[in-house]
Amino acid sequence: MDGQQVKLWESRCIEELPPACTAACPVHLDVRGLADALRKGDLPAAHALLCRFLPFPGIVGHLCEHPCEAPCRRAEAGGAIRINALERAVATHGPAAPTFRRGRAQERKRVAIVGAGLSGLTAAADLVVKGHEVVVFEVGPQLLGRLRDDPRLPAAALEADLARFENTGVEFRCNEESDGAALAEQFDAVYLGTGPATSPIAIDPLTLATAHPKVFAGGSLRYGAPYSVIASLADGRHAALSIERMLQGASLTANRDNQGSQPSRLYVNLARHASMPPVAPADVSTGYTQDEARAEAARCFPCHCLECVQVCRYLEHYQGYPKRYIREIYNNETIVMGARKSNRMIDSCTLCGLCAEVCPEDLGMGEVCLSAREGMIAKGKMPVSHHDFALRDLAFSRSDAFTLARHQPGHDASALLFYPGCQLAASSPDHVARIYAHLCARVPGGVGLMLGCCGAPAHWAARNDLFAETRAEFRAEWQRLGKPPVVTACSSCYRMFADHSPDLPVESLWTLLERIGLPDSIGVPSRLTIHDPCTTRHEHDIHASVRRIAAQCGATVAELDGAERTTCCGFGGLAQFANREVADKIVDRRIGQDESDTLTYCAMCRDNFARRGKHAVHILDLLYPGGDAAARPDPGFSARQENRGRLKRQLQRDLWREEMNEPVADIELEISPEVHADLERKLILQDDLRQVIRHAESTGEKLLDKRTGRFIACHRPVRVTYWVEYTVENGRHVVHCAYSHRMDLETKP
Amino acid sequence: MTEKNAAGPELACAKCQQALVLGKVKASYLGNSFEVDLLRCPGCGFVYVPEALALGKMLQVEQALEDK
Repeated sequence: MDGQQVKLWESRCIEELPPACTAACPVHLDVRGLADALRKGDLPAAHALLCRFLPFPGIVGHLCEHPCEAPCRRAEAGGAIRINALERAVATHGPAAPTFRRGRAQERKRVAIVGAGLSGLTAAADLVVKGHEVVVFEVGPQLLGRLRDDPRLPAAALEADLARFENTGVEFRCNEESDGAALAEQFDAVYLGTGPATSPIAIDPLTLATAHPKVFAGGSLRYGAPYSVIASLADGRHAALSIERMLQGASLTANRDNQGSQPSRLYVNLARHASMPPVAPADVSTGYTQDEARAEAARCFPCHCLECVQVCRYLEHYQGYPKRYIREIYNNETIVMGARKSNRMIDSCTLCGLCAEVCPEDLGMGEVCLSAREGMIAKGKMPVSHHDFALRDLAFSRSDAFTLARHQPGHDASALLFYPGCQLAASSPDHVARIYAHLCARVPGGVGLMLGCCGAPAHWAARNDLFAETRAEFRAEWQRLGKPPVVTACSSCYRMFADHSPDLPVESLWTLLERIGLPDSIGVPSRLTIHDPCTTRHEHDIHASVRRIAAQCGATVAELDGAERTTCCGFGGLAQFANREVADKIVDRRIGQDESDTLTYCAMCRDNFARRGKHAVHILDLLYPGGDAAARPDPGFSARQENRGRLKRQLQRDLWREEMNEPVADIELEISPEVHADLERKLILQDDLRQVIRHAESTGEKLLDKRTGRFIACHRPVRVTYWVEYTVENGRHVVHCAYSHRMDLETKP
Repeated sequence: MTEKNAAGPELACAKCQQALVLGKVKASYLGNSFEVDLLRCPGCGFVYVPEALALGKMLQVEQALEDK
C-alpha cells in the first residue's frame, strides 16, 4: 500500500472530526462528552470534564456567549441543545471545583501577568499548571473587577472559581501600576491582558505575540468590543500556550491549524433523528435542575457520522470505523515482528461498495481492502486458508470438466456469445439450457456459448496472476469465435468484463431479453421484494429491465432501500470463505428486512438467501415457472460442481449430438442433512470424502473405533488432510462426520 | 497439542490390528515444525487426529502461523 494513498483515504473518513459544537467553541469543549455524562446521570464526571476544559466553569456557565449552540445540529431537529444552560447546571449542582494542580516544569520560569481579567487569569492558571512561577499585576482593587458588576453572575460562583488558585503559589498584586517593557526585564515572559487599549499594539492573531519576543497580549485589549467571556478565556489559553512554547524554544506556529472557533466537516444524518424540543427550566432564574439537565442532555444525538457502519454488518462487526480500520490495515502491512492481526478483517470485506455509496466523502473500504490484499499477496503474507477453497472451485470451473466454447450448432459464426457464468450453471443448469435455447431461437446470426469462470474469485483474492490467466483463456476463445459481443447472465461476470476488459462489448442478459422478447411462458402472479446484486449497483438499465421483466411475468415487486443501496449476499470479495460469521451476519440482516419472498438475478444471492432460510427466486424462476422455486434449497458446494459438469455434458449431448457418458461414482455416499450442512460449513466436498474412502479401502489404512464400530480414515491430496468417520452399510458408505486440517503430521521414528 | 483422550485402547489400526498408543509426532505447517504427542499405530505409524484437536488447538496454531 502506498503511504500517501493511505493518508488520503484516512483523511476522507470524517468520523474523528469534532462535532460542530466543539469545533465552534474557542477552547473546543468536549460538549458531546459532557452531554453523555449528564445523560447517564453522572454529574461528578460531567463536572470533572467541565473543570478540565475550563479554568472557571462557574463564570462560563453563567456568562458564556455560547457560540457552540448556533451550529448545533439539533437546531435542525427541534432546537439546539442548550449547552450553556447545561454548563451552568453542572457548575451549580456539582461539587466545588478542584484547585489547580501546580505542575513540575523541567525548568521553572517566572511569568508576569498584567491585568487580572478573564484572559490574564486563564493564562495564569494554565501556566501554573505547567509548573511556572506566576505573578499577577492588577491596577484595580480586585480580581475580575469587570465581571463583579454583572448581575447574571452570583458572587458565590465567581468566588468558587477564584478559589481554584488556593495553594498554587500564584502571587496577586492588586492596586499596582505596572509596565510591560519593564516587567520583561525582570521576568522570562509577560502577558498583557489589560482590557480595551487606548493605544493599540500589533498582536499576532494566531500566537498573540507582540513585537517584543517576551511579551504576549490578548483579551479585549486585542479584540476590542463587545466583550466576550469565552473569547477572553480563549485568548488567555492561547497566549499561555505560546509562552510555554517560547520558554521551551519551540515553534510558536506549528500545529495550530485547528485553534479557535471553526466549522466542522463531521456529517450527521438528521433523517435518523426525530424532532424534539428543548427542555425549558421550571425556574429560569436558577436554571436547570439536575433532572432537567439530564433530560436536555439526552436530546444530544450525539453527532457522529458512522453512515457506513450503520449499513454494513462487516464494518460494524469489528467495532470501529474506516479511519481506524485504515490505520490498522496499514500497520498490519508494515509490521516487522509479531502477528498480522488484521488479515482476517481485510479478507472479510465483500467489496460491495455500499460504504462508498453512503459515505459523504465517497470513501470505499473495498478499495482499501483490495489494495491491502494485493500487498499481502506481494509479500507472501496472505493466509492460504482464506481463499484456498474458492480458488480450487475456480480451478474446477477453468478445467475441462466445465469449460466449453462453441458456435451455435449449425453455425460457423456467432452474432452474440452467451456467457452464463459458473454460478448460474452451478445453481440452475436447466435454466441455462433453456435460456440458451431461447436466445438461439430469437437472435439471428447464431449465438455462441461459452462455459467458464470470469475470474472474479481470483480478482477478489488479489491473485492478479490467476486473474490475468483466466482472462487470457477467455480472450483466446473469444477471439477464436470471432470476437462477438458478450451477453452475461451473471452480474459479477458483467462487472469483471466491463471493468477489466474495456474493449470487450458486454451486455446483460436482462437488457437483451427485453429487446428480443421473453420466452413464451405463463406468468404466475406473485408478490416479491427485489434484491439487486451488489455488482450491478450503478447499472440503472439492468435494474429497470429486470423490474419490467418481473412485471411482465406477473410479479408485483416491492423495493427495499433501492438498487443503489443494495447489500452483498456474502459471496462478494470471497467474504463467506474468509469469514463465515460476518458473511452470515450480512445476509441475515438483508433477509430480515422484509417478510416477502425475494426476487434477485444473481444465483449466488439466491442460494445464499436460501441457505439462511429465506425463500428467494431468481428472475429465471419467473421466466420458467415450475415447482416451488422459492423453497429450493441452496445446492451446496458439491452439487455446484456436479451441476456444472452435468450441464456441459448435457449440452454436448443434446445440442452438439456428442456421445457423453455420465460418470459412475465408485464410492456411493450416504449423508444425512445434518452432516451435509456440517460439511458445507467446513468447506468439505463429497469428492474429498470419496477420495479418503477410496484411499482407505484400497490401502487398508484406516482405524476402527471399537466403541462406535466406525472406520476412521484420512487422506491428504495436496495441502489439506481430510478425515472421515464412516461405516459401510449395504455397499453404501454412511458418512458420520468429516473434518480437515492443514498441518502435516509425520510419525517420528 | 497433546492428545489426552484415553481412547487409545478403543482405537485400533485396521491394517496392523494393533491398539493405538501415544507417541512422538512431527507436526509442520508453513515451514514451522514442532513435536507433539499423539495417538498412533505402533506398527505402521498411522497418526490419529481427533476432530476436537483438528478444529481446536490445531486450527488455532495454523491460523497463528498464517498470520505470522
